[in-house]
Amino acid sequence: MNVNAIIEILIAVMVLAGTVLSLLSSLGFIRLPDVYTRAHAATKSVTLGILFILLGTFLYFWFVHGLISIRLLLGIVFVFLTAPVAGHLIIRSAYRSGVKLSDTSVKDELREDLKKATQLEKYHSREG
Amino acid sequence: MKFTDVILQTSTKILVFIILTFSIYVMFAGHNNPGGGFIGGLITASALILLYIAFDVKTVHEIIPIDFKLIGAAGVLISLLTGIGSLALGYPFLSQAFAYRDLPLFGKTELATAVIFDLGVYMAVVGTTMTIILSIGEDE
Repeated sequence: MNVNAIIEILIAVMVLAGTVLSLLSSLGFIRLPDVYTRAHAATKSVTLGILFILLGTFLYFWFVHGLISIRLLLGIVFVFLTAPVAGHLIIRSAYRSGVKLSDTSVKDELREDLKKATQLEKYHSREG
Repeated sequence: MKFTDVILQTSTKILVFIILTFSIYVMFAGHNNPGGGFIGGLITASALILLYIAFDVKTVHEIIPIDFKLIGAAGVLISLLTGIGSLALGYPFLSQAFAYRDLPLFGKTELATAVIFDLGVYMAVVGTTMTIILSIGEDE
């Protein structure tokens, strides 16, 4: 087996792994109970799936067509940076607008901290 | 309550550079690849809007003290002047020319007057988009 065949198999495995991860993520989006666990499924595994697909595409263009695509590398970095931030913002706005956690969850540490923060803010506004 | 999000602001500081670089690349790649002035202008405008979302309108105005209406007008003027320039040299309106020159850093490069027209389109798109977004956003 020569090097090209090995690389093509590697590329196929990467693209397939990416699609399977995306499929798993969408299944998790259907199955999980509340918005927080759903966002957990939607941001993590889809990001990894897209990274795998983009990396496979990059390797394909590199080894089969002899073309190093900077745009794909930039896209990998960009998705890796933006997807968690987008998930964080969605979750944060969901919590601040009062979306309930699912019944099976046992701990909510953010509520105490938020209560303390709002009390502190009230205190400071009264002082000032 | 003032909206401050450290994670959003920190990641914006990095992402804006990536988006602006990509927009300039897209603008100059428009001659031989997909891209061009219109989409480059839209990408630049989206980077600026990301800045406006992550920080205050007032803060961004201090960083970028530019009137975007002027940018749009200057872009239209540049595009018009490239057309008039070909008229002045005795060719029909909006005729285009290109030449190969040896530049110090890039080597043999194709220089075309269509790039200047594209630059005008780019500035017009940035100016129009930012004027629309800001005039909607500043309404209180």
